[in-house]
Amino acid sequence: MKGFDVTVKDVSRAYGSFKALDDVSIEIRKGEFFSLLGPSGCGKTTLLRIIAGFDTPDEGVVLLDGKNILPLPPDKRQVNTVFQSYALFPHLSVYENVAFPLRLKKVPATTLDAKVREYLHLVQLEAHMDKKPNMLSGGQRQRVAIARALINEPSVLLLDEPLSALDAKLRQNLLVELDHLHDQIGITFIYVTHDQSEALSVSDRIAVMNKGKVLQIGTPYEIYESPATDFVARFIGETNLFSAEVKECVPYEDYYMTTLDIPALGTTIKVTDYDNLSVGQHVSFTVRPEKLKITGDMPTKVGKDINLFKGIVEEPIYSGFQSKYYVSLENGTVIKVIQQHANYMDEGPDIDWKDQVYVSWSAEDGYIVEVVDR
Amino acid sequence: MNGKGQERIVKKKRLEPSRLVEEHKGSSGPYRIPRNQVFQDHRKFGFSNIMLVLVILFLFMPLFVVITYSFNATRGMRWNGFSLVWYEKLFFDSKELWRAFGNSFIIAITSSLVATILGSLAAVGIKWYKFKSRAYIQTVSFLPMVLPEVIIGISMLIFFTAVRIPLGMFTIFVAHTTFNLPFVFLLVSARLDEFDFSIIEAARDLGATEMQTLVKVIIPSIMPGVMSGMLMAVTMSLEDFVITFFVSGPGSATLPLYVYSMIRYGVSPVINALSLVLILGIMLIALLFRRFLKTIAASS
Ligand SMILES: Nc1ncnc2c1ncn2[C@@H]1O[C@H](COP(=O)(O)OP(=O)(O)O)[C@@H](O)[C@H]1O
Ligand SMILES: [Mg+2]
Repeated sequence: MKGFDVTVKDVSRAYGSFKALDDVSIEIRKGEFFSLLGPSGCGKTTLLRIIAGFDTPDEGVVLLDGKNILPLPPDKRQVNTVFQSYALFPHLSVYENVAFPLRLKKVPATTLDAKVREYLHLVQLEAHMDKKPNMLSGGQRQRVAIARALINEPSVLLLDEPLSALDAKLRQNLLVELDHLHDQIGITFIYVTHDQSEALSVSDRIAVMNKGKVLQIGTPYEIYESPATDFVARFIGETNLFSAEVKECVPYEDYYMTTLDIPALGTTIKVTDYDNLSVGQHVSFTVRPEKLKITGDMPTKVGKDINLFKGIVEEPIYSGFQSKYYVSLENGTVIKVIQQHANYMDEGPDIDWKDQVYVSWSAEDGYIVEVVDR
Repeated sequence: MNGKGQERIVKKKRLEPSRLVEEHKGSSGPYRIPRNQVFQDHRKFGFSNIMLVLVILFLFMPLFVVITYSFNATRGMRWNGFSLVWYEKLFFDSKELWRAFGNSFIIAITSSLVATILGSLAAVGIKWYKFKSRAYIQTVSFLPMVLPEVIIGISMLIFFTAVRIPLGMFTIFVAHTTFNLPFVFLLVSARLDEFDFSIIEAARDLGATEMQTLVKVIIPSIMPGVMSGMLMAVTMSLEDFVITFFVSGPGSATLPLYVYSMIRYGVSPVINALSLVLILGIMLIALLFRRFLKTIAASS
């Protein structure tokens, strides 16, 4: 692995009385594709600017390869940035934009030309190298910005919502390209985004942020399947989230079979958990919509660990590969269910508006998110 | 409902395609800037065409007349045959006129240079820094643009006399710089409005020092605005009459002032000849500038 590891330690940054970053600590490994994910205004850009050297924290340190880089100006850090607005130089051609860092270093003409062409080739822009930035499409500008940031051979590449200005399809393509680029170059990528699906699909690890705080750091599946807080559960993907109270907790194979009283569902449900929770504790419970089964008839296998509810389909939303149903349970609570369409369906999905259905899930598929009082 | 154990029966329909849609190629392929303007055909002898011809005649007839009579052999409006006598007079017997021309030239270059430097710096200062008197300065700097020239001329005259600066080239230079300033300021400000500040950080990020950022990024990218401001200033300075009239002194007449003084003793055909020389000269400069302007436009 090339690239450096980046350690952000106890970093805080306030604008007036407003805390943009509140005691943030993150350890990013060498060569990792690391994402900072959070809603807009949560402090992602502020953290990136601190790493790049455009802002200084009130407290804390940033270590690059073990060395504190806070005293260094931006031009002395082995870190380069792909800016959200691309920040291409409008008076220079694509070629000269990419050549800019080398010209500053007075690289000899032949080496410079070879290298610029190599990086233009890397982002597939050789055909456009004589154009000015204002003649390029959004995706092409983005690629110029990436080539320009990479030509200095930084140890860490910072990307601030690089795809947010592009349309959905292009975004997907560029995301895959970015992933390839990362595999090819092998340096550390720190990728800022507010789009959870982007972060899930390319990152090695993700830090979920909100209101200047880091809520959870983990691999994409850890963050999706085992969210650390209510906010993470709601922000990543879709979910059904309820507050609950522990009624019973008994050992069950490797786990504990926990019975939760959920006022919103008007009944108790079963869920397996690692922890031996004590009776009476308040917790949050979540189950992802795609883990629920929806059937027209009563499911035949109703075991001890199955949670089963009857309801009416209030709103079926068909989107080709799947359908989402808002099912109104008998006590009025609405629960989201996603059904994948794995087979050819001549007449479309069987379940329709106002159908009576059964919704069920196994105790292993639910998750206790957060223990509210400990 | 599937999953009840019985075999799945799939019947498939084939529907008639309603229309064929060409597969859209995603990201690759050159991007074309959309051209939205639609030109419409119109009748050949419509009202608008007649108006167009009339307006062009109205605008260019006087020039045409002036040019024609510059080749007349005698004074006056009677045609007495083709001759270059007035050109001879213009080039070999009009020392005063060329002096005035030289004055105009010097004033135009110096005042527009100073106005461009001051106006650009002012625009940068007002756009990039926050300070209390910002709004006032912005408003006040537009005053010379909206005030009638006579007022500016008179007030300058009063001012120069009050502080006992002798009227002459220097006072004209000061006056021209003053009225050029707001135009440069306005044009550079407009350019700065679309200035993307992140390019400053990008330059620093890519290894440029603060000085290199200024010289290689900031100045070149606002240059088009600065250049158009300067061209505007040169033009306005060359053609100004009213303000110059008030602040000029003995021996400092600019070309417009000199021409005016000549006309008072009857229109000399030398002026006709001068007109053609100026028109040709300006056309030549315009042609030379065209390429330059094109490169500027391409980078904006
Ligand atoms: N220079 C600044 N002055 C005052 N507030 C700022 C400044 N920069 C950022 N903020 C505030 O800090 C918060 C975090 O900003 P930012 O890091 O840009 O969020 P994100 O990139 O996650 O959308 C925002 O609420 C923003 O308004
Ligand atoms: Mg941001």
